[in-house]
Order: sequence, then structure tokens, then C-alpha cells
Amino acid sequence: MHDKTLAELSQGLADKAFSSVELTEHFLKRINDLDGNYNSFITITEEQAVAQAKAADEQLAKGNTQALTGVPIAHKDIFCTEGVKTSCGSKMLDNFVPPYNATVIEKFNAAGAISLGKTNMDEFAMGSSNETSFYGSVKNPWNTSCVPGGSSGGSAAAVAARLAPAATGTDTGGSIRQPAALCGITGLKPTYGRVSRYGMIAFASSLDQGGPMTQTAEDAALLLNVMAGFDAKDSTSSDTAVADYIATLNDDLSGLTIGLPKEYFGEGLDPAIEASVQAAIKEYEQLGASVKEISLPNTDLAVPCYYVIAPSEASANLSRFDGVRYGYRCEDPKDLHDLYTRTREEGFGEEVKRRILVGTYALSAGFYDAYYKKAQQIRRLIKNDFVEAFKEVDVIMGPTVPNTAFGIGEKSNDPVAMYLEDIYTISTNLAGLPGMSIPAGFANGKPAGLQLTGNYFAEAKLLNIAHRFQQATDWHKQLPATIADQVEG
Amino acid sequence: MSVQPSDIEKIANLARIRIDEQAVPEVVDRLNDILAMVDKMQAVDTSEVEPMANPLDAHQRLRADTPTEIDQREQFQAIAPEAEQGLYLVPKVIE
Repeated sequence: MHDKTLAELSQGLADKAFSSVELTEHFLKRINDLDGNYNSFITITEEQAVAQAKAADEQLAKGNTQALTGVPIAHKDIFCTEGVKTSCGSKMLDNFVPPYNATVIEKFNAAGAISLGKTNMDEFAMGSSNETSFYGSVKNPWNTSCVPGGSSGGSAAAVAARLAPAATGTDTGGSIRQPAALCGITGLKPTYGRVSRYGMIAFASSLDQGGPMTQTAEDAALLLNVMAGFDAKDSTSSDTAVADYIATLNDDLSGLTIGLPKEYFGEGLDPAIEASVQAAIKEYEQLGASVKEISLPNTDLAVPCYYVIAPSEASANLSRFDGVRYGYRCEDPKDLHDLYTRTREEGFGEEVKRRILVGTYALSAGFYDAYYKKAQQIRRLIKNDFVEAFKEVDVIMGPTVPNTAFGIGEKSNDPVAMYLEDIYTISTNLAGLPGMSIPAGFANGKPAGLQLTGNYFAEAKLLNIAHRFQQATDWHKQLPATIADQVEG
Repeated sequence: MSVQPSDIEKIANLARIRIDEQAVPEVVDRLNDILAMVDKMQAVDTSEVEPMANPLDAHQRLRADTPTEIDQREQFQAIAPEAEQGLYLVPKVIE
């Protein structure tokens, strides 16, 4: 069953080919048997999943079904789940059991989806390799000595290893798209404000956005149909009308203009990834699209700008973890100051502390204008580059990442080198645009991702463009050899 | 711009994070690596550019000034490290 897409599994339930309990138990067994190889889950919610599946089977028997009734999925451990530990990959929240659900979780519950558990991630979503998790590194199913990417590395690995048919992720600087690329799956970061951030533990509030991580664009459309929409509980939620993302998947692509930013094909890009991307572009030309070279002249400022804005916002957001109301508290504090400083010293990992310090410095008296205000001005220049580009093209394409999955431990001692891996994904967050990564072949035996960036609220168009490619190619159907061997007839 | 070991004490205090004295040189080096990378921004003239706080240039949405939250104090304090009689407990502040 695990070789099927979410759409196929949903159809199988409707056709009574199997029950939700059978399906859920199948995936729970896979997680229990195989996740020792990948470490993609932090918490497995076995009992709750089976109970949800039984309830779903009753609804299916009555013909009373919602969009995802009975299909199991996994959630990044950043979404608050009532009664289920939500750690955000941190020792700080290792004992945190939220008293409420994130809006995204509420929406999936209402749609009838089953939750298999919570997936591993970089601590507080700060990382591009999943190595900063308190719960240990996640291993890439294509090569278990390599990272899966991050920060949604557990979700990406779980889907790539077919331990879950689909999963949720969040993306602040590439945290859905980069692991999707490194693990050979499909990932979509919606427009800022499209998916509610309520109950999604905050990293950088002007950049964070939740989205689907799936095998196919069709599955991503199914999940986004559930996730998207206005939420009064999120003050930055958009009230722009939500499209039916399934309805336009098969639209014809003739007349589509693809923009290729010359800055995304320069120095630092692995030639094998470039070859995969160029082959994908050729495929799009076969599908009726035309190609135009464009320029995003401020591309090289995106990483510097991001590493002021994201740590600044993080330093403010993470001030709430103080050992007083919930989460970790140090032993035997001698006074209140000691309680705060030692709780935060012991509860946060190195990368999180580093970013809090950078953000605190950037926001401190005398430096605000030189760092934070400057970064906000650069941010507008980066957005303006995209606004200009979308006057001429319908979608922007390029590589998702400059290199394929790197070795575990290879870059963990050089933060700046790690940051530069996100060079192509970060500007999308700064501009607030929707972006996708889809499998586009292999480079040096590891998955290569094609990034699609769309105009504001053009998720339906992006999914259509991705779906047509997946109708014409089978890169998204490739499985790691060890997983392919487990597929029954 | 770069930070000195003496700056770290001030920043760490503002951030309420204790840093072991032995770790300070390493923290200084890493922060300076990041600041050197970030300083690329300083070469750009942004004197005419309006800072952007929200990618959609959206403004804070307001709602009617009526209570929307219900009392969940007991539920919230059940997960606190230390709470008593409806209060969060911390080490004594006033002698």
C-alpha cells in the first residue's frame, strides 16, 4: 500500500479495497520496523491513530466522508497537538504537551485525516540539515550517510521512505523545498499568509509558512485544499479567496512563459544539478512553454538579509522560553536571573543560541539601523526584483539547491557554508511568494530538485505546472533501492 | 562591524543566555563569521528605500474590542514547572 500516492489511497478507501484501520496499521508497522534507519519521527501516536482510523471507517461505511477521511499523514513536530508532545526538536520543549491544537491540525482533523505522529526537525526549525535536532540527525533514505536537508527533514525522509504517504512541513528560508529536493519528493511553500500560523511554533514570524510535503503535486493540492484559508487567530492570515487546487491541475501549459534567472545558474551550482534542471526545462518546452532569461539582481543579498531578519525575529519569539510557564527549567536556580539564563543555556542547542545572539545584537541600541532597518530595505529591493520579473513571465524556474545532499557532519562546523545552501530558496520567503520543489532527476546518484516560484497566491498555477510535468515524467515515482525492494506486488 | 569578547557578555545578558567563559572565544568567532557575511548589505545604497516589515505590506488587522478568550488558567498551569494557588512560582525576587 505504501507505494501508492495519497490520492490513490483515498480512492482505495472509497472503493473499499482496504479499510482505514488496515492502511493506518500498515504505515504504523513500517514506522516501527524501519524508522530506526532514518530517525524521522520524534513521536508515534499509535493508539490515537488507530482510534481515528476506526472512526474514519465508520464514516466511510456510512458514506459520510470529508476530503481526507481515513488517510494517514504525519506532522512536523512544530505544529501544536493537543495532548501530544510537541517538541519543536528542542530539549526546551521535550516535556511540552500543548493544551490546544494548531489551526492546521484542526483542519486536518475536520477533513478526516489520521495522524501517524510527529516528525523530526532542526531545533526550532533553525537548520538546513536536521543535525540541530535534540533528537539526533535524520538520515536521508537515498543515502543514510547523508543529511535529508532541513528543517523539515523528518517529514521529507518519512515521505521518501514511504513511512507516511504525505506530511506537513514549514518553510522560513527553504525548510520545505530544500529537504524535498534532497529527498526526491514534492514540497510546496505557499504565499505568506495563505496557511494559518496559529499553533505553529514561531521562528521568524514575517517569513514562516506551513505547507504540504508529498509524493506528487496532486497530493500537495489535496493537502493544500485542507490547509489553506483565512484564520482570525493569525493576525497575518490572508483573506484572499482560496482556489480549488485540484480543479486546475490538468490545465494546458501552452503559452506559459518560464523565467530563468541568470543569477541562479552561476558559480557554485553543481553542473550535474544544472543538467537536470535544463533537461526539465526542455520537457516544459515540449509541453508548450517558452523560456525567457530574466535577472533578479539582488539575489546575492538574500542570504545576508535573511540572516539579520530571521535571527532578529527569532530572538524576540524565543524570549518566551524562560523556564516559568512551560517547558524546560534548570535545576536549583539560585535567583530569577539564574533561572532565566541557565534554563536558556541548557535548554537551547548551539545553533539556536547563536541565532538568538545574532538577533539580539542586530536589534540592540546603536545597531538597529545598520542591521535590522538595512535588512528590511534590502528585503524590499529583493521583492521588487520579483515584482518586475512577474511582469514578463508566469513562473520562475531554477535549481532548488546548489548541491545534492551532503554528508552528515560535513558542514555542521561551518554555519555560514550551511547558510549558503539556501541561496535559491531564501529570497522567496523574503518576498513572501509561493515556491515549490519537485523531483527532476538525479545528480551523482542523489535526487535533484527543480524549484518553481509563482506570483502571489498563484499556488493553483504552480501545482498545475508541477502536475503536468509529473504526468510527462516519472522522476517523482523513483524510490530509494531499499524502499523499492519493500514494495509488494 | 565585528564583536569583541567584551561585547558577548552584554549581548548574552540582553538575551538572558548564560555563556560559559571557556566558550566565549568560539562564540565570538562564529558571530563574526556571520556578521562578515551579513555586512555585504552595507555596500548597497538604500537611502531611498522604504523598509519592508510584511511581504504583503499588510497592516495589523483590528477586531471588535470584546473578549474572545475563555479562562483556561488551570489547564495552562498544569504544564508549568512550578505553580501554586493560580500563580507561577519563581525564586524569591524581593527580600
